[in-house]
Amino acid sequence: MTRFLVGRLLLLVVGLLVASIIVFATLRVLPGDVAQVVAGTQSTPAQVEQLRQQLGLDRPVVVQYLDWITGVLRGDLGRSLVTNGAVGPEIAEKLAVTLPLAGMSLVAALLVGVPLGVLAAVLRRRAGGAVIGFLAQAVAAVPVVWAGMLLIALFAVTLHWLPTQGFPLDGWGEPARAFSSLVLPALTIGAVEGAVILRFTRSATLSVLDADHVRTAAAVGLTRTQALLRHGLPSVALTVLAVLGVQIAGLLVGAVVVEQLFSLPGVGRMLVTDVGRRDVTKVQSELLVLTGLVLLVGFAVDVVHRALDPRQREVGE
Amino acid sequence: MIRRLLTRPTGCFAVVVLGLLVVLALVSLVWTPQDPFRADPFRQWAPPGPAHWFGTDASGRDIASYLLAGTRTTVLVAAGSGVVASVVGIVLTAVGSLTTRWVREGTAVLLDILVAFPTLLTAMLLTAVFGGSLGIVVVSVGLSFGVTIARVARGEIRRIARSDYVVAARASGVGPLGVLTRHLVPNAAPLFTVQLSLAMATAVLAEAGLSYLGYGAGSDTASWGNLLADLQTYIGVHPWSATWPGAAIALVVAALSLLGDAVRDATDPRLTTGDRAARGTAATDRTAGTPGPGGDRAPDADDPATTTPGVTA
Repeated sequence: MTRFLVGRLLLLVVGLLVASIIVFATLRVLPGDVAQVVAGTQSTPAQVEQLRQQLGLDRPVVVQYLDWITGVLRGDLGRSLVTNGAVGPEIAEKLAVTLPLAGMSLVAALLVGVPLGVLAAVLRRRAGGAVIGFLAQAVAAVPVVWAGMLLIALFAVTLHWLPTQGFPLDGWGEPARAFSSLVLPALTIGAVEGAVILRFTRSATLSVLDADHVRTAAAVGLTRTQALLRHGLPSVALTVLAVLGVQIAGLLVGAVVVEQLFSLPGVGRMLVTDVGRRDVTKVQSELLVLTGLVLLVGFAVDVVHRALDPRQREVGE
Repeated sequence: MIRRLLTRPTGCFAVVVLGLLVVLALVSLVWTPQDPFRADPFRQWAPPGPAHWFGTDASGRDIASYLLAGTRTTVLVAAGSGVVASVVGIVLTAVGSLTTRWVREGTAVLLDILVAFPTLLTAMLLTAVFGGSLGIVVVSVGLSFGVTIARVARGEIRRIARSDYVVAARASGVGPLGVLTRHLVPNAAPLFTVQLSLAMATAVLAEAGLSYLGYGAGSDTASWGNLLADLQTYIGVHPWSATWPGAAIALVVAALSLLGDAVRDATDPRLTTGDRAARGTAATDRTAGTPGPGGDRAPDADDPATTTPGVTA
């Protein structure tokens, strides 16, 4: 286990390093001059030059990179090129929306995907199983924007149960209001990602239904349901966990579109805005934070999976 | 193989939908019921009828004509992403298996890292540099899936190369080229096709997502994503109007991912008929090689773990 941990940790660190280099390098080949963009079209060449020195853009790219990355390691994500506001605190503030949204979406996706997936597998020879399988296929193909629109049309416009869009200005000051404004966005991501989890759960359960140990358990006196619940589901759970490593990345990234649709002040919406403004220093830190989260989740899921799966244990562990 | 594909209901559905899409795209080159861009201030929000099959939108444009013109964009984005993914995938696979040991190991580690990057973030990065366009959609989806293909292919090629029939072929004097053309390529082809169809499905969703964010097709290009984005603004007044583009996108995406499943089922000799029946629809998840139940990091062809980082459009 120690060897596995060290190796996986190394991959995580190298991954973060590669991510930071790719993001930084890509943004620095920007066609057009960052200083020129910031200064605007009305500026004189002298002003642009002064701005370039002020922003440190005249230094070698490697120095600029090291400057940024040492700052990041100390917790300083730099300043916006456009507003000169500190990037770190702003991202932290937006994460207070994005992370709860991702968490709620995950819960919704699991609540939709796992029970229905098991059910679809158990009912494989009946109409019910086919219907669930068909619906999962259909929902997984729906663009998130449209899924969100349908939910808004149903729950906000027609039934008036939930707010359509927006987030309370005072953030989590009133937890109930903040929570209710995240329900529809979370359901939107949860439905689409849940459909994907459903299909994995179904296929994992199918292979477990015919597994020798489950059949034996049923043969020695357990009902088929007991056999499945006690001896089959642990391995299904492991498959779902493995899928989650990838799906949680999907949830975080899905937030980019959903935050825009529901006007939520999260990191995804911040990224979209800053990409539009070409605020390079903000974009590079936002992308690093988001990919960092994705890589961290992947790492955590791998470690948990490894710790739980008896088939992966080494001799003597 | 084609016949086996068509006898499965999912395969048949996929082929019919995609065939229709291509035919409609060709038709739209020469004919649309009306000019897809002509705004008519006197015919806003017309209900579906003989004059406007799917009704009109906020500026009085004929939705049916616009959708028809948009099929071209969908076909181009899907096909383009498929081509880029193939080229990137093949090049990376070649580098990862034909070069010296150090380069191979380095490529393997790099692929393990790159495969974790979500497509949408790649797209946002490229958009920050070059501005939004359909080219960005094609390139970012193509790159993501090229990496996925190379990573999946690595495990598969290693497995095939160690298999008894390849060892036997080698022993009986078949050269490396013979092994490549007679054993490696035919055995790895289904996996490749599955990833390609997933890449194309993702591309269609990515176009919708990025166009919605304002970074996809320009407003002078008819695209399903643009139409969805336009109609989204009127969600309070005409909440159901987006059904047409939404359903069109969902239909094509479902067809593409079913095509992948059907190709795999029709070509994988390891699946018995019973398995095929039991499996039915498998998953289109959204990123690469998910560790299989055995926790083996090398993705398994049997596992429906194949996929697309969340360009949840």
